[in-house]
Amino acid sequence: MILTSAASRHPSPPRIPACRHRASRSAAAMAAGQAYSEEKGGSSSLGEPEYGHDPASGGIFSSDYKRHDDLKEMLDSNKDSLKLEAMKRIVAMIARGKNASDLFPAVVKNVACKNIEVKKLVYVYLVRYAEEQQDLALLSISTFQRGLKDPNQLIRASALRVLSSIRVPIIVPIMMLAIKEAASDMSPYVRKTAAHAIPKLYSLDSDQKDQLIEVIEKLLADKTTLVAGSVVMAFEEVCPERIDLIHKNYRKLCNLLIDVEEWGQVVIINMLTRYARTQFLSPNQNESLLEESAEKAFYGSDEEDAKDAKAEAASLVKCKPYVMDPDHRLLLRNTKPLLQSRNAAVVMAVAQLYFHLAPKAEVGVIAKALVRLLRSHSEVQYVVLQNVATMSIKRRGMFEPYLKSFYIRSTDPTQIKILKLEVLTNLANETNISTILREFQTYIRSMDKDFVAATIQAIGRCATNIGKVRDTCLNGLVQLLSNRDELVVAESVVVIKKLLQMQPAQHSEIIKHMAKLTDNIQVPMARASILWLIGEYCEHVPKIAPDVLRKMAKSFTNEEDIVKLQVINLAAKLYLTNSKQSKLLTQYVLNLAKYDQNYDIRDRARFIRQLIVPTEKSGALNKYAKKLFLAQKPAPILESSFKDRDHFQLGSLSHLLNAKAVGYQELPDWPDEAPDPSVRNVEVPEWTKCTSREKRKEKVEKPFYSDSEGESGPTESADSEPESVSEESESSSSEGSSSSGSEEEEEGSGDQSEDKEEEEKRKKKKEKEAPRKASLESAGSRSEEEEEEGVKKGKKKKQQQGRKGRDETSSEEASASESSSSESDSGSEVQESPAEVEGKRRKAPASTKPGPRATAAGPKEISLLDLDDFTPPPPQPVPSSNIVSTSLVTDLEGLTLTDTSLAPALLSPAFGSVRTYELLHRMTGEGLSVEYCFSRRPFPHDPHMVAVQIQISNNTDAEVKSLRISEPKPLSGMRIQEFPEIESLAPGDTASVVMGIDFCDSTQAANFQLCTHTRHFYVSIQPPVGELMAPVFMSENEFKKEQGKLTGMSEITEKLTLPEKCRSDHAIVQQVTSAANVGRVPCGADNEYRFAAKTVTSGSLVLITLEKREGAAAQLTVNSEKMVIGTMLVKDIVQALVQ
Amino acid sequence: MIHSLFLINASGDIFLEKHWKSVVSRSVCDYFFEAQERASEAENVPPVIPTPHHYLLSVYRHKIFFVAVIQSEVPPLFVIEFLHRVVDTFQDYFGVCSEVMIKDNVVVVYEVLEEMLDNGFPLATESNILKELIKPPTILRTVVNTITGSTNVGDQLPTGQLSVVPWRRTGVKYTNNEAYFDVIEEIDAIIDKSGSTITAEIQGVIDACVKLTGMPDLTLSFMNPRLLDDVSFHPCVRFKRWESERILSFIPPDGNFRLLSYHVSAQNLVAIPVYVKHNISFRDGSSLGRFEITVGPKQTMGKTIEGVMVASQMPKGVLNMSLTPSQGTHIFDPVTKLLSWDVGKINPQKLPSLKGTMSLQAGASKPDENPTINLQFKIQQLAISGLKVNRLDMYGEKYKPFKGIKYMTKAGKFQVRT
Repeated sequence: MILTSAASRHPSPPRIPACRHRASRSAAAMAAGQAYSEEKGGSSSLGEPEYGHDPASGGIFSSDYKRHDDLKEMLDSNKDSLKLEAMKRIVAMIARGKNASDLFPAVVKNVACKNIEVKKLVYVYLVRYAEEQQDLALLSISTFQRGLKDPNQLIRASALRVLSSIRVPIIVPIMMLAIKEAASDMSPYVRKTAAHAIPKLYSLDSDQKDQLIEVIEKLLADKTTLVAGSVVMAFEEVCPERIDLIHKNYRKLCNLLIDVEEWGQVVIINMLTRYARTQFLSPNQNESLLEESAEKAFYGSDEEDAKDAKAEAASLVKCKPYVMDPDHRLLLRNTKPLLQSRNAAVVMAVAQLYFHLAPKAEVGVIAKALVRLLRSHSEVQYVVLQNVATMSIKRRGMFEPYLKSFYIRSTDPTQIKILKLEVLTNLANETNISTILREFQTYIRSMDKDFVAATIQAIGRCATNIGKVRDTCLNGLVQLLSNRDELVVAESVVVIKKLLQMQPAQHSEIIKHMAKLTDNIQVPMARASILWLIGEYCEHVPKIAPDVLRKMAKSFTNEEDIVKLQVINLAAKLYLTNSKQSKLLTQYVLNLAKYDQNYDIRDRARFIRQLIVPTEKSGALNKYAKKLFLAQKPAPILESSFKDRDHFQLGSLSHLLNAKAVGYQELPDWPDEAPDPSVRNVEVPEWTKCTSREKRKEKVEKPFYSDSEGESGPTESADSEPESVSEESESSSSEGSSSSGSEEEEEGSGDQSEDKEEEEKRKKKKEKEAPRKASLESAGSRSEEEEEEGVKKGKKKKQQQGRKGRDETSSEEASASESSSSESDSGSEVQESPAEVEGKRRKAPASTKPGPRATAAGPKEISLLDLDDFTPPPPQPVPSSNIVSTSLVTDLEGLTLTDTSLAPALLSPAFGSVRTYELLHRMTGEGLSVEYCFSRRPFPHDPHMVAVQIQISNNTDAEVKSLRISEPKPLSGMRIQEFPEIESLAPGDTASVVMGIDFCDSTQAANFQLCTHTRHFYVSIQPPVGELMAPVFMSENEFKKEQGKLTGMSEITEKLTLPEKCRSDHAIVQQVTSAANVGRVPCGADNEYRFAAKTVTSGSLVLITLEKREGAAAQLTVNSEKMVIGTMLVKDIVQALVQ
Repeated sequence: MIHSLFLINASGDIFLEKHWKSVVSRSVCDYFFEAQERASEAENVPPVIPTPHHYLLSVYRHKIFFVAVIQSEVPPLFVIEFLHRVVDTFQDYFGVCSEVMIKDNVVVVYEVLEEMLDNGFPLATESNILKELIKPPTILRTVVNTITGSTNVGDQLPTGQLSVVPWRRTGVKYTNNEAYFDVIEEIDAIIDKSGSTITAEIQGVIDACVKLTGMPDLTLSFMNPRLLDDVSFHPCVRFKRWESERILSFIPPDGNFRLLSYHVSAQNLVAIPVYVKHNISFRDGSSLGRFEITVGPKQTMGKTIEGVMVASQMPKGVLNMSLTPSQGTHIFDPVTKLLSWDVGKINPQKLPSLKGTMSLQAGASKPDENPTINLQFKIQQLAISGLKVNRLDMYGEKYKPFKGIKYMTKAGKFQVRT
């Protein structure tokens, strides 16, 4: 089927059937055995030399041939065991690197073998040789195409995996189709495989890039941890430059990160590092800015001040005090726990992320983790030390506390020793230099001479960097000159030479000392260095220099070449400075050199003679000889080879090699100016809102609930509302099930300060960017929404109301959205809609996650800059220790526990009467205070909504106009029915209105904006679980019958002790009914109380039984198919009773 | 990502190759051999070798080089860590990871490698999943396989890959349900000539062997979790729980795994359980040198020190040594100049010592440095940091598991400079 559809789409397909034909022909031929080999030409005729083209098989053609022959026979047999045996031998051949390609026809026939073991080995073979035998490989394609349709996800995945691994260009269209299809498969595992297949196809045919990017884009929006790592890997290989694709998935990736498998984590972190560099401002920029302005303030003279003030003001306006973008913070926070990973690559990835992205003050946290890696295998050490070396140059303080961890053991491999030495040198400063030097003293005596040489260089570097110890180092090095080891001496001399060059005047003593050493030191390199030194600084040692030359002239003929050259050098320099004493000696040396065996030396002698000895022929150069020879030579700078290596992304191959590796993506510099803030905001309305909301919940659930449909069954049945189940078939997976009030957070981060107009602009921009998708999606969502909502009447009413309310403020919006009537609802809803689609796809779910900021709704406004408020760490389930159950249940309960921990705050002690909750505090609301309560009356417009009575008081001294609700951001499935707009509210007045919210039987907060003519307040209403239901009345028998149906998982029991004041019937009934909106069910026994209710949205029964035992003991039982509601209800009621 | 893998033995033969993308000629290894030649010792071969078209990243373990061929930028640690994981997996499968073992089980090895990477990107690296896909060879299975002609490929599908606890295979069943935890601490130390400690730190691990039916959910708590300064976890550990309560809560993988490794903060003074008294002297001109070392217990908390081994790399000038140990056996290899002395237990009443003379090369001058002494020892039933497991609880399953905790202190890189 795929074949035909491929044919209809692509221009090249005719080839495919043709090849197929050929292939099947050869298959037929193969079946005929003999006939095939004839066709192939001699490959079977005995002992033909061509046959033994396998180079690995050595010269024994016949035996090799025989083996292959019987392999073929075995493969052709009917017995699986024989086939298996043959395949095992073939795979062994492949593993040893022997050529088994001539068996291809025999092997490929078995691709459809029933035996899974044979099949797997055939796959191995196929992937290895398909490239060489393209035509024959096509034989197998149809098998995989069939596999792609298999109902079992694992078989689909495996078929796609092999299909995409066959590197045969002809099947590119087929692969493309298969990938596209798999990318929207309902199994996340298949989608993962699709992500893996993308780079394979790309490497086979890079022309497919555009299409592949589309697939990548789609997969990037995937919400499962399984897919995330793989698709980012595909992104990095195919289109790393398309950083714009990340925008909308950024937050999701950040939040998913911790649950992604470790290899995926590495790839994602590296990619996000790059992303952050392009999108955020440098966290360290304002440090320098502050310093500057501070200086100005202190030292600026008066008259300058005025000018400065202006300039400063301007500059301050331009660069507002740096506030870290919440997204930037999110990334840092979410990666930090990964420093604890067991995988060194993950730790390194986080470390580099922090190094490149974190504010200076925070980078320190990575040091500990990196030092821990030093315990690992030596290869890991090697890489880590390279990176530590680079880091320690920039941030010395970071590793200083771990100085001793870099001490060297004699058992370390040399390359590790040298790297540790590098780090130690980088860490040296005035305070620790003495300990480090003492350590170095031990190293100098090591038997590993390469290491000793490196140590000497390190000492040299310490001496240059820290003036205090320069003399000590010099003396130490001078002592080393008497070392027996040539290498050591040579290295010391070289280092001393460099040190002396820095301040020769002060060290004539050392030069004198070294001059004396010429008598003893035999190492040519050292002698040469000493001679150079004396020559260079002959003016500082005027008496000794000629004497040295005299001695050297004496032994000239016996010296090594390099020494001879330096003798000539010395002679020349002395001749120029002190010709009176050395003229003859120089002549003598030059004469000796003239007849030297080495032409280099003869050349040099001739050259020097011409240059320095004035003759009538010698030209202008002679005058400048002194300048030429005794020019000021800059002191060599001893610096680390790791300096400036950090322009490569740390942890990368390029950094390690200090050269750009193929495919290296430059780490961009921080942008100079804050990137257009709307760039990141753009994605808020459309995707991330839902995705981030989702992943937060996912974060909680992920580790425990499976992606596979089967495993998450129980949760789902407990959580999801019935009507959504029908839609499940098209949902990609069941992963999402709860949602949280996070969307408003996002709003808060970006939109808060922006006014409507800008939002409008953004929306338009967005629409331009993805016009097709957006419109499609929104249209789709709309219809879906309508369908789902079912209650058309309520809907219409709502629309009308909404229109009325909004038309004034958003005429612009209305024009932007024309497609459907509901579209005119508001611009924000257009933006919203894809999110809704998403949400619905995920099937709206009950609340397993508390909106962490539901309670913080009030203070939200003021805490705008409080970053934690925007992106609270997703709460992790904390199962209480007394819970003994399956992990699933444990976690469920854990979730609800966190939920109820919020509840007490809401359940204020006002018993009996209806409790009111604060929606907007007077302070936050700038004089406007809003309270709400659950009136427990059915909401007239829609029976599935909970009626919320809202009381608005105006405590300001001005009139508040056009109070209304706008931009409700309902979570998936949630609906809000706004109250009619209040035209105006006089000072001191109070108005009371009723709004309806469909909470979908979850305790998720409903978030919306409360608008006045001047301000917008972000508020949220979180229902106590007891308000999500309405009382039902039933008989005792009915009650018992229903209760009988709701046992097992749906039954939750809790024992409690009733306090003194709460033992009377009246008190008990009152407490229970105040905690939950339930109706009492008559009951025969007088020590039992029964209550019944139905949840508002889905109408599931909630049955409560309280049984009094002797004394104060009692047992509470709640039966409900909504397990979450049940558990929470138990807690609430117990709380109410016990208090 | 990872293009190909070559396994090279000590004598420089490529005895296994595996390609995940197009085939890379094995001649690419010539660059590796060159580097190997340049480095005098195996461990000095640089882990990353650039060649004109590829990059070779290698690890050296069990006398085998695992050389991965890379074609483009990739974090080197990613590859190195993966290669180590490969070695660990082999070890897990075959008990030892040696050339002979790999050659004997070449088909299994190949299948495992096939599953571990897809197109060079890690796919399944959890040993629990791999074992579900490909059964590790056991003697029984080998016999059965030869009779029935089946392989070790599991006929199950890798359902573990779909699970959210990918590290644990499904359907685990045991008749004896046991969970063992070994708290093993290693002391890394450098002791200087005079016996004072230059640097010392404790690196600990908790290795677990969990054989429990079903899906147990374990929690492990410590008496003194504050000791643990820097920890790294197996992915199964719930990090948040640790952050907030300092309790390890996890659904364990089946079989052996490393639950956590930790570092005991350097601020705490590390108790050094042994001391070494040494007197090694060379004299200029003389062809004889004196050698004497004594090992004794220091802070052992009343436990016996066992398995003491002393090793020292003698300077080149030492031709031979004639030594008498008070206990144990000693060997001096005149070629590598490595002296090793297997001491065994330390009896505090009669301290073990090794005394004798060294014969030096005639005329050679005194070595610059006295040899360093590397020490190994074991102390059973003691975690030197004082770490104690408080309790282990199991949730989620009905049966009562057998639980065991073992403590051990070992010498890590314990070096005495002389």
